[in-house]
Amino acid sequence: MLSDKDRIYTNLYGQNDWHLAGARARGDWDDTKAILDKGRDWIVSEMKASGLRGRGGAGFPTGVKWSFMPKGDGPLPHYLVINGDESEPGTCKDREILRHEPHKLIESALIASFAMGAHAAYIYIRGEFYNEARHLQIAVDEAYEAGLLGKNAAGTGWDFDFYIHRGAGAYICGEETALLESLEGKKGQPRMKPPFPAGAGLYGCPTTVNNVESIASASTILRRGAAWFSALGRPNNAGTKLMAISGHVNTPCVFEEELGVSMKEIIEKHGGGVRGGWDNLLAVIPGGCSVPVLPKETCETVLMDYDSLRAVQSGLGTGCMIVMDKSTDIIKAIARFSQFFKHESCGQCTPCREGTGWMMRVMNRMVEGRAEIEEIDMLEQVTRQVEGHTICALGDAAAWPIQGLIRHFRPVMEERIRTYKRQHGGSQQVQVPVGAPLATIAAE
Amino acid sequence: MSDVNHDQPTHFAFDEVSEAEITKVLAKYPPERKASGALPLLYIVQDQMKRQTGSAWVPTVAMDVVAERLDVAPIRIYEVATFYTMFNLKPIGKYHLQVCTTTSCWLRGSDDVLGACKKAAGIAHVGGTSADGLFTLSEAECLGACANAPILQVDNDFYEDLDGPRTEALIAALRRDEVPQPGPTNGRHGSEPEGGRRVLLDANAGAAGPQKG
Repeated sequence: MLSDKDRIYTNLYGQNDWHLAGARARGDWDDTKAILDKGRDWIVSEMKASGLRGRGGAGFPTGVKWSFMPKGDGPLPHYLVINGDESEPGTCKDREILRHEPHKLIESALIASFAMGAHAAYIYIRGEFYNEARHLQIAVDEAYEAGLLGKNAAGTGWDFDFYIHRGAGAYICGEETALLESLEGKKGQPRMKPPFPAGAGLYGCPTTVNNVESIASASTILRRGAAWFSALGRPNNAGTKLMAISGHVNTPCVFEEELGVSMKEIIEKHGGGVRGGWDNLLAVIPGGCSVPVLPKETCETVLMDYDSLRAVQSGLGTGCMIVMDKSTDIIKAIARFSQFFKHESCGQCTPCREGTGWMMRVMNRMVEGRAEIEEIDMLEQVTRQVEGHTICALGDAAAWPIQGLIRHFRPVMEERIRTYKRQHGGSQQVQVPVGAPLATIAAE
Repeated sequence: MSDVNHDQPTHFAFDEVSEAEITKVLAKYPPERKASGALPLLYIVQDQMKRQTGSAWVPTVAMDVVAERLDVAPIRIYEVATFYTMFNLKPIGKYHLQVCTTTSCWLRGSDDVLGACKKAAGIAHVGGTSADGLFTLSEAECLGACANAPILQVDNDFYEDLDGPRTEALIAALRRDEVPQPGPTNGRHGSEPEGGRRVLLDANAGAAGPQKG
C-alpha cells in the first residue's frame, strides 16, 4: 500500500492551507521554469514513460494523448480543456483537487499547455460545484497576482491564461465532445468522431481534453520523474490514483492509493471495513455507476486497477467504489442508475433516448417483480441493442450496470418475479399479452 | 418546454452588478466566440432575478436579452436554457432544497433526508414549493460528493453526512433566516474517514518543502 512519502495529493483533506503560500510550502510552483526548459518533447516523452493513464474513466495513456496535438505553430490556436464535470454516480475525487489542491492543477495546466503548444486552458466544472469553482478562481487570481499566469507565466517565457467555465447540471457534458459543445455555448450533445478534438476541438481548433486528476498529477510526475511514478502500481497500471469509497462501509472517504492493491484491503483499510463485517458484503460497483457490479466472491480477490477489473468483466472507471451490504435491494440499486441514465440522456441518438427510458421502466417492474421470467432475457437483449449503437458512450454506460446485474444476480430477479406471482394470484401472465409490443406496455 | 412558467414578465434589463459580471465573463472567450457566454449569462440572469424578486429563475424575455447580447438567434438560448437542469424556468422558493437520491446517497439514507425535507419545509411532492414561498424541493441526480453521503444542496451549498433529524434542524435554521456553515454535519472536516485521517498523518506531510525524487 502507498506510503505518505509517495502521495501526490498531500493536502487532499484540506488539512493545510490550500492558498498559494500553502501550495508553495508543499512544493508546488517550485522552479516550474526548469521543467519547461527541458522542452516539449521531453515533457511528452516523460509523461508517456510514466505510464499515466487517463484518470477520468477511459484509461487512455495521457502522454500519448498529448502527442496527438499538431507540432509547430499552425494558423489555429491550440487549447487545453480540463474536464471537471465530475458527475459519474459514486465519484467524488476531482472535487478534492479543485477545493484543496487548486495550485497543483493550475501549475500542471501550464506545463501541459506548454507541451501541447496551447496558450489558453479552459476548465469546465460542473455547475453544482459552486464552492469548488470559487476556490479555484481564488487560486487563479492568486497565481495572476504572483505572475504565475498571464504573460511570461512563472518566468517561463510562455504566455498562458487559465479560464474557469461552469456547467449547469448535465452529466453528458462529461463526454469530451459534449463538453466542447457546451463550452461553445450550446446544448451538450456529443459530436461524431472523427474529427477528434486533437484535430478539430474547441472552436474548431486543435484541443486536448483531460480529466482534472490526469492534469493535476503531471507536475509531481515530472518533478519526481517517470521512473518514480511507473515503479508504483503494476505494469500497464502504473502509479497512484485518487479513489473513494461510498455506501455501506464504516467510514466512507476519499484517498490516494497505489493501483493494483486488492479491493478487500482497500475496503478494510480506508473504508474501515464493510458495515457488519466482511461477510455482510453483497456486492461492489468498483468505479462509478457505469461499470458492472461485482459479487462478493470476486471482491475477495480482485485488484483495483484497469486490467484486473477488466479481466472480471468490469472496469476501474473513476476508481470510486460503491459498496453494498446484504441489506441492499440490489435490483433497486441498479434501477436507480437506470433512472439516472434516462434523466441524463441528451436525446440525440434514438437507441439511447428511447432505450434508457425503456430500460428504466422494465427495471422498475423488475424491482417489484411485476414481470415475466423471459423478460430478463429480453431486457438483456435490449441492452445489447443500445450498447455500441450511439454516438457517445452514455448508451453503453446505461447498458452495462443492467448486464452486470443479470450476470451476477439473475436468481434474485427470478425469485422476485416468483414472489410477486405468488402474492398476486398464481401463474397467469403479468400484464404482458403475448405478442404485444413491449415498449407500449412498459410505457405506463 | 413544458416547465416554462405561464406568467412571464414583459421586460428584463441587466442591472449594474450584472453588467460588471458580464464584462468579466466575456473577457474569457475570443470576441468572435462570445456565444460561449450562454451558460454564464443565464446564471447572471438567474442571480439578478434572485436579487430583484427573491426567486432565482430565468424568464423568457431575459433569454431574448441574452441572445441579443451574444449575437445569436433566440432559439439558441431557449434550447440551452431548457437543456440544462440548473436553470429554473419558473419561480422557485427563497431556498432551493435539492436532495441527491442517486445510489450512493440512497444507500446511506437519502430517503430519510427527503422525508425530513417534505415534513420540515411543508412540501407534499418533489418539485413543489411550500405555501409560504420559502422552500422549493427537488430531487437531484448524483451531486458528486458521495463519500459524504447523503447530501442536501441548498442553493449553492452542500450539506453533507446528513440524517433525518439534522435535516429538520437545518431547515428550521433556514426558516429563522440563519444559514448554517455548509459541509459535513457530523463533525468531519472534509472527505477524510469519520474519526480522523488514516493517511497523511504527519500534520506537516508534504509541507517540508519541495519533494525531489
